[in-house]
Amino acid sequence: MAVTNYSDAAREAVREAMRADDAVWCIGEDLGRGGVFGQYRGLQDEFGPARIADAPISEAAIMGAAFGAAIVGTRPIVEMRFSDFALCAVDELVNQIAKARYMFGGQSRAPMVIRQPMGMWRSSAAQHSQSLESWYTHAPGLIVICPSTPQDNYSLLKAAIECDDPVVYFEHKNMWGLEGDVDTAEAAVIGEARTRTHGDDVTIVSWSQTANFAVEAAETLAGEGIGAQVVDLRSLWPWDKNAVLDSVNKTGRLIVAHESVAVGGFGAEVVAIVSEKVGAALQGRVRRLGAPRALIAYAPNLENKMRVTAEMIVDAARDLMQKSKTKG
Amino acid sequence: MNQANFDRERGVKLLATMERIRAFEENAVLAAERDKLVLGAIHPSFGQEAAAAGVLWPLRTDDYLISTHRGHGHTLAKGADPIAMMRELLGREGGCCGGKGGSMHIADFNVNMLGANGVVGANITIGAGAAHGVKLQGGDQVVIDIFGDGAANRGPFLEGLNWAVVFQLPILFVCEDNQYAATTKTTSVTGGDGPAARAASLGLPTQTLDGNDVEAIADAVTETITRIRNGGRPEFLHVITYRQKGHTSFDQAAYRPDGEADKQMADNDPIQRQKNVLAAVGVAADEMQAIHDAAQAEMAGALQTAADTPFPDEALAFTDVQDVGSPVVEAF
Repeated sequence: MAVTNYSDAAREAVREAMRADDAVWCIGEDLGRGGVFGQYRGLQDEFGPARIADAPISEAAIMGAAFGAAIVGTRPIVEMRFSDFALCAVDELVNQIAKARYMFGGQSRAPMVIRQPMGMWRSSAAQHSQSLESWYTHAPGLIVICPSTPQDNYSLLKAAIECDDPVVYFEHKNMWGLEGDVDTAEAAVIGEARTRTHGDDVTIVSWSQTANFAVEAAETLAGEGIGAQVVDLRSLWPWDKNAVLDSVNKTGRLIVAHESVAVGGFGAEVVAIVSEKVGAALQGRVRRLGAPRALIAYAPNLENKMRVTAEMIVDAARDLMQKSKTKG
Repeated sequence: MNQANFDRERGVKLLATMERIRAFEENAVLAAERDKLVLGAIHPSFGQEAAAAGVLWPLRTDDYLISTHRGHGHTLAKGADPIAMMRELLGREGGCCGGKGGSMHIADFNVNMLGANGVVGANITIGAGAAHGVKLQGGDQVVIDIFGDGAANRGPFLEGLNWAVVFQLPILFVCEDNQYAATTKTTSVTGGDGPAARAASLGLPTQTLDGNDVEAIADAVTETITRIRNGGRPEFLHVITYRQKGHTSFDQAAYRPDGEADKQMADNDPIQRQKNVLAAVGVAADEMQAIHDAAQAEMAGALQTAADTPFPDEALAFTDVQDVGSPVVEAF
C-alpha cells in the first residue's frame, strides 16, 4: 500500500486479519453500512453479516456478548462508535473483560480489541468529544493504544487483533481522513514508542492527534534553532519508559502534551516516572499541557478553549529554554 | 406421579447431587464461621439445590454454564471438582482459580463452567455472547445462563435477552428466583408481572416452574435443551424457589417475616421433597441415608484436604494479569 488515510489503513488491517483467521469478527452498531465513520465500508460484502455484525444499540450487550464469545474461542473486534458510549459498558470492560483471566486463575483469555473513536473533531459537545484514555490505563489487565498516523493505525490495529490480551484501541475522530504512507510490511510492537523527531534540547511526549501537533511544533522550533525530540508513545499501557528516559537524559527538558484533561491525565504518570528515575536531569524543567478541568462546549470558540495546540507546545518549549541547563 | 414410568436411576442421582451441594455448603459455612478459614463472603444456596440439580441434569460436559455469586450448586452440578472448589473458597493452591477468585468467581473451564460473577446480572450478556460464539463456530453446544430474581431489574437482562433473540442463539436463560434481592423482598422493588412476563415481551418462549421440584425441572429442561440444541433458539425458564438462609453466610436474615423460613424448611425443602418422591416409588430409607452420608463424608473430606493445602506462592499475585504490559515484566 502506498498513500492511504487513517480510516482506510485500519480497514485494511481488519480485512487482512479476518482473511487470515476465521475466528476474527466485528460487532457494533451500523457496521453493515460501514460503521458510523465508514471505517468498515465494504467489509460486510466480503465477510458477510455474521462476521461484520450489526448490533442493537446495546453497548453493555455488545461488550458483554463479545466477551462471552471471546472466552469460547472467537476473537471479537468491538466497535463502540464513540468512546463516550463505552461508558455504558464499563462494567463489562473493566469488571469482566479486564479481570477474567486473573480472577479465573488463568483459565481463560479475552482476546478482544475494543475500538473507541475519541477526541474533539467539530462541535460535538460534551458527550461526543472526550478523551478518556487515561481511565483505562488504571485498569490492570487492559492494553491501551492511541495511534496517531495511518501507518500506526494499520500496524498497531493488526498487532492488537493478534494480541491475546484485551486491547482498548483509541482512534481519533478528527484523523479519519489524515493521509500518509503505509507500508503493510511494517509490524508494530505494542509498547514501543515512535520517535517522530530528533533533538537535543527538549523532549515532547505525546500520543494520538496531539503527537502530530507536537511534530508541527518541533518543526517551528527547529526554525528557531531549538531541537525538539517528539516521542509518540503510541501505547499508554504498556508505555515505552526507556524511550522517554533516554530522551530526557539527553535533553534535560520535558513537555507532556495531550488532549485529555490535564488533571489525572496520563501525562502525570509520565512526569512521575521521569521524576523518580531521572529527576536530577530535569531540575524542574517540566511542562504539562492538557485540557482544563472543564467541559467541552458546542460553540467553536468555547470548544477551542479546551484544545492543546501546536502553538501552546511551542510556547512551552520556548519557556523551558529560558531555564538554564546545568549539566551533571 | 406415574410410578410405572418413573426414572428411578435419575431420581436417585438428582437426590445425590442435591445432597452433595448441601453438604458442600454446610462445610463451607463451617469453614467460614467455625474455623475462620473462609475469609471472604460466601453466598450459600440452601433450599435452592433443586434448581441447580434439575437445570444442569441434561447438560453435556461440553455445554456451557455461566452462573452467579450464589453458584456453588450450579458448579458442582456441572461436574466441577469439590476439592478444587473448597480450596478456592479457602484461597489455597490448587483452587479452581488458583486462589485468586474465591467463592464469587469460581470457574472451571475443564467442564465448560465459564464462571460465577460478583456483579448481579453481568453474566446475562456474557452468556448470550458465549452462545453467539458457539453459533459463529458452528458448534452444537447449548449455554445455560443462570441468574437471580434481582438481576431482572438490571439493564443486562433487557440487553442480553434481546441479543439472544435477535441473533437466534442456543441459550437457556434461567431466572432462579429465591424471592430476595440481597436483603429486600424482590416483588417490593419490581414492576409488572415479573421476569417471565418481561422475557415473553422480548419474544422468548417461557416456562414457570416450582423451583423445589427437582423432577419437574429435570423433565422440563431435558425437553427444552433438546429443542434449543436442535433449533438454536433461546428460551427462558423462571424457577421459583426459596433461599432458606441469609444473603451471605454472615446474614441472619432477620428482615424476613416470622415463621416464613421455618415453614419453607418444614414443608418445601427440595431434598426432603425428593426423598418423599423416592420413598413413594420404593427407594429404601437406608439407600437414601447412604447417599446423605456419602455426600457428607465427601465434602468434609474436601474441607479437610483444602485446609491442609498451603496458600499460593506469593509470586502468583502478579501472574495472569496480562501478557503485554505484565506486572511481572514492568518493573516500575
